[in-house]
Amino acid sequence: MHIPDGYLSPSTCATLYAGATPFWYVSLQKMKRRLNSQAVPLLSVFAAFSFVIMMFNLPLPGGTTGHAVGVAIAAIVLGPWGSILAISVALVIQAIFFGDGGITAIGANCFNMAIVGSLVAYAVYRLIAGRTPIESPRRVVAAAIAGYCAINASALIAALEFGIQPRLFHDASGTPLYAPYPLHIAVPAMMIGHLTVAGLAEMVVSGGVVAYLQRAEPALLKTTAPGASVGGDALGWASTRPLWIALAVLLILTPLGVLAAGAAWGEWAPEDFSTQKTRQQIAAASGNQAPPAQAPAGLRKLATVWTAPMPRYAPPILKSARLGYILSAMVGTGLIVLAFLGGAWIFTRVRS
Amino acid sequence: MTFVERTIRSLSEGMNFAALADDSARSNGMLQRVDPRIKVVGMLAMIVSVAVTHSLLTIASVFLIALSLAAASRISPLDLARWVWFPVLLFTGCIALPAIFITHGEPVHAGWPVTTQGVRTASFLLLRAETAVSLSTLLVLTTRWAHILKALRVLRLPIVFVVILGMTYRYLFLILETALDMFESRESRTVGVLDGPDRRRLAAATVGVLLSKSYHLSADVHLAMQSRGFRGEVYMLDDFAIRHIDWCWLFLFISVAATVIWVGR
Repeated sequence: MHIPDGYLSPSTCATLYAGATPFWYVSLQKMKRRLNSQAVPLLSVFAAFSFVIMMFNLPLPGGTTGHAVGVAIAAIVLGPWGSILAISVALVIQAIFFGDGGITAIGANCFNMAIVGSLVAYAVYRLIAGRTPIESPRRVVAAAIAGYCAINASALIAALEFGIQPRLFHDASGTPLYAPYPLHIAVPAMMIGHLTVAGLAEMVVSGGVVAYLQRAEPALLKTTAPGASVGGDALGWASTRPLWIALAVLLILTPLGVLAAGAAWGEWAPEDFSTQKTRQQIAAASGNQAPPAQAPAGLRKLATVWTAPMPRYAPPILKSARLGYILSAMVGTGLIVLAFLGGAWIFTRVRS
Repeated sequence: MTFVERTIRSLSEGMNFAALADDSARSNGMLQRVDPRIKVVGMLAMIVSVAVTHSLLTIASVFLIALSLAAASRISPLDLARWVWFPVLLFTGCIALPAIFITHGEPVHAGWPVTTQGVRTASFLLLRAETAVSLSTLLVLTTRWAHILKALRVLRLPIVFVVILGMTYRYLFLILETALDMFESRESRTVGVLDGPDRRRLAAATVGVLLSKSYHLSADVHLAMQSRGFRGEVYMLDDFAIRHIDWCWLFLFISVAATVIWVGR
């Protein structure tokens, strides 16, 4: 994803330098305010760390290997502003010293990977991790998803930058002067590699490192976990309270399903083929193709194999359809929670 | 080759290039004697001119100039080919190749799927990338890193940013060496083949340990800086002196860049 010189027009490069500058300025001010004299050594060593991580070959599922940027790790440990600076410095050294990424494209590369990557990684991590304790497995999942999203967001921005080049910059004969592929080629070409190999590499390193730090150095995860405790119930009720409230609201809203007109395509009962009203609904949902005169024999035979206790979310004991929906939702949700609790109990027993 | 061996190779190559750059920058070639600030401004002007020009011929001319400067600065073309030209050819070549066939335009020859516009756009991409990276490598191979950093101040980069760049470069090699030691020691203790999950656990744990070491290192460095009187303000000694010959070089660089832009407008 390191864009070399010659891929982007000078005006695109200048725009992205201009776009990156305010982020660099704000990051530097915030880090100096937060860390005072500690900012310089911390950012320097972390930039060096990020540089080295980019040289690692990471083993991925399927036997292949890939490189990671380490942007999610930097965003989780340093926060988004520190990460912007550390990754930018690593990219500048890569461009000037190792020719990895162009000099004119430093602004673009920093904008894509350091700025977009850090902000996306931080937002996704905080959103998923919430206020869970430092040791919570949810933080590992959050870090993995944050790494995956960050690298793909960066790749998408880079693909858009490539994709607009042939439309905006070409000579009189129509020859593209910079990246030659339009959006409909640049975006899929870039995203296929990142949604699979590069995204996976970032996912493995982000999730894996957070899991390691939880065991070995949990203090490093505290910067981006305000209010999270070290130790305690990793799956506590308090941390998931908003999710339970959202679930209760959804349960109450389930009767909205009663308002939906027509029948869901393919979810027909044998008797639906015999009444005029439902036959019309089936035809309307099937591109005005008339259904067979009778229910298919296989359907009639298999429909009697199992009779649900609450057929069509309408328990026989209740006359009101709305109450029936709510009761069905409550029973269904309860069964799912019970299944997960049972599974977790068995898993814990097997592990111990 | 296992991922550990690949990573060891990748880390070793980075250190080898750094050693080569340091040796080359200390030798007594033509560009090595030019003031670093002049070189930074001059090379940047040439790179920008290569990006701006719309003529393949002028880009090729700049490439030849870069080649001549490298020869006069005692830089082996083989080193440039190994570190610069071949990797860029492989990467950009793979990207540019399909453009020859899928870019709309007039066929090069009746019935051929290759278009003139396709060949031109692929050539632009490849030549620009090769020339720009040759110029930037020329700067690195003829100037010590510490001098490049000081010279960046002429571009009005904030001094604190330049200091962070300098410290990063210094600790980069320490962390590279630490990573290399960790992988080599692990490799020497590994018998048989690790399966997929174990390989991933090893990689994540190595990155984690490196992160932890880096964090503690930064705290140590901070204490060392404080004990020497560092209070958050950074200063830099500026001991460069521009001679008459350096002004001539600047004139030459700027003239070439301006000509390239004017001819290829």
